[in-house]
Amino acid sequence: MSFLSVRNLSARVKGGGPLLRDVSLDVAVGEVRGLVGESGAGKSMIGKAVLGILPKAVEITSGQIMLDGVDLLALPPAQRRIKVGATCALIPQDPLTALNPSRRIGVQITDRLVDILGWTRQRAEERALALLGEVQITEPTRVLRQYPHELSGGMRQRILIASAFAAEPKLIVADEPTTALDVTVQKQILKLIAALQVRHGTALLFVTHDLGVVSKVCQKLSVLYAGKVVEDSAVADFFRAPKHPYSAALLAATPKYTDPLAGLQPVPEAVIAAVRAEVAHG
Amino acid sequence: MALLQTLILRVITTAVTLLGVAVIVFFVIRVVPGNPIAMMLPPGATAEDIANLTAIYGLDKSIPQQFFIWGTGVLGGDFGTSITLKQPVLELVLGRLPATLELSVLALVMAIVIGGAAALTGTRLRETRVEGGIDVAQGMALSVPDFLWGLVLILVFGVLVPVFQISGRVTPSLQLPFVSDFYLVESLLRLRFDLSLDLLSHMLLPALALAIPLAAIIGQLLKQSLKETMHLDYVTLARTQGYSEAKVIWSQALPNAILPTLTLVGVQFTFLIGGTVIIERLFSYEGLGNMAIDAVINRDLPLIQGIVILFAVIFTGVNLLVDLTYAALNPRLRHG
Ligand SMILES: Nc1ncnc2c1ncn2[C@@H]1O[C@H](COP(=O)(O)OP(=O)(O)OP(=O)(O)O)[C@@H](O)[C@H]1O
Ligand SMILES: [Mg+2]
Repeated sequence: MSFLSVRNLSARVKGGGPLLRDVSLDVAVGEVRGLVGESGAGKSMIGKAVLGILPKAVEITSGQIMLDGVDLLALPPAQRRIKVGATCALIPQDPLTALNPSRRIGVQITDRLVDILGWTRQRAEERALALLGEVQITEPTRVLRQYPHELSGGMRQRILIASAFAAEPKLIVADEPTTALDVTVQKQILKLIAALQVRHGTALLFVTHDLGVVSKVCQKLSVLYAGKVVEDSAVADFFRAPKHPYSAALLAATPKYTDPLAGLQPVPEAVIAAVRAEVAHG
Repeated sequence: MALLQTLILRVITTAVTLLGVAVIVFFVIRVVPGNPIAMMLPPGATAEDIANLTAIYGLDKSIPQQFFIWGTGVLGGDFGTSITLKQPVLELVLGRLPATLELSVLALVMAIVIGGAAALTGTRLRETRVEGGIDVAQGMALSVPDFLWGLVLILVFGVLVPVFQISGRVTPSLQLPFVSDFYLVESLLRLRFDLSLDLLSHMLLPALALAIPLAAIIGQLLKQSLKETMHLDYVTLARTQGYSEAKVIWSQALPNAILPTLTLVGVQFTFLIGGTVIIERLFSYEGLGNMAIDAVINRDLPLIQGIVILFAVIFTGVNLLVDLTYAALNPRLRHG
């Protein structure tokens, strides 16, 4: 059964053009769905719509976001906030800006457990300590007392991952969680997310540009182009036989990670033009 | 370690600043026209009388000589004797200082509460009519100086709807059990809330007059920083965790947005203290500022010098305090 089910979601910039066109996408319990597409396609918007953090300038025009069988868009804002806070989490893109610079790491993990979920302070602290261990931070006791600026980007992303898993959410949205990091660190962080996802059985909506990552981490894949889902496949099927010409071109344009330069092809202009026309016609 | 170095540097610059202030004040008040001695003597005093009295106060010596005598005295804690009041300057000044401090701090607290509330409300209800209304009110508050606010308040709450006192520090007929000159603080400590109320009803309007422009400045700057902070990633992350908008503003945005405002409040607080001179006069409040005006009118040179030095000490002290608080609140500075 799907934990998250986005149904025919359309959104636009207020007084402007459409951003999302009739998007449907499911993430089953414990499943990892990749969300790929070129820059500006609307990948982040989908994640933000689910978590209720769309920019003020963006409005949803139609559709449903079913979370655990409840349509989030039909809930009053306060209830929606609490439902999302209790069952979902975000692993943000840029660990350097996603931690509050003036607060210690420890409270940034524990506060919401206490404030929102009603845990005791002690239980939350024990949980934070255990989680820092899980994300392979040595000396967790010391790190909990440090401030963000004292830690490297990789360390901060580990902390944000720990924080995302802290309340055993059913769904995590990871929006390009490694692009802001050093190439050497990217792999470790990816492995970490994948390992925690498996161990905790968390459903994951994984926004990325990298089909190599998709092939390793995801079971399902949605390809987005100009706000429209042009392909929704099992990852194995996608790599064997992409259904949509744009997906095929995207696949051809992706370097094989065994030999980064082999088979590197730009997406042909003709394909792009064809997809544009298709999307424009709805 | 870095903090200690900064501190030592600040103490040295403070000392130099104070010396500079002392020199300037000393010389300026001696070259502007007006003779304190002539003002003390009754009409028809002879030139000889004037010369005698001038010698008594040492005003016959050259200005650098006078400065040396006064300066060595000050270093030993002797600020001279007031010409008009015939009492040691230090005693007079320290006796009045608490009244001014209580008024200034009350005004500061009111400015922070009013300005802070305006900024938080404006941020919570941003891009609505309420924010627009707050902006307009702040614009008005800023375009009128504190002493005019004083007049407006006297007119409204003293004359039209006389609910507050508009003159003095305390009702003269009251028996005061105080041993210090910090009346308000002491009345609170002694749990004599009847006296606290009387004091506050005297202080409220002058404090409000001082607070209104500062409240507007705090409100504007803090709202601007808050609104900028509200776009940052960690604020967005807190939203996804289930925090309400109000809670996000209060516990995530405010601690970071407050730093620029804090620096500004420090600088503005010294202006506010400067404002007490006229406001105290307006409300006949027996503080340092009121005394300063009398001293200037009477050309009471030692008293003017003492008051100015004390104001300078307060100003530099406030600035030092702000810098230290800033360092303490900003973890990046604290760890060097
Ligand atoms: N605050 C905003 N107001 C209006 N339009 C916006 C806003 N933020 C983003 N957009 C537009 O929404 C579209 C989708 O943006 P989104 O961030 O979802 O892209 P993306 O697929 O995540 O791209 P990337 O891979 O670069 O992160 C873009 O065309 C962008 O210009
Ligand atoms: Mg994005």
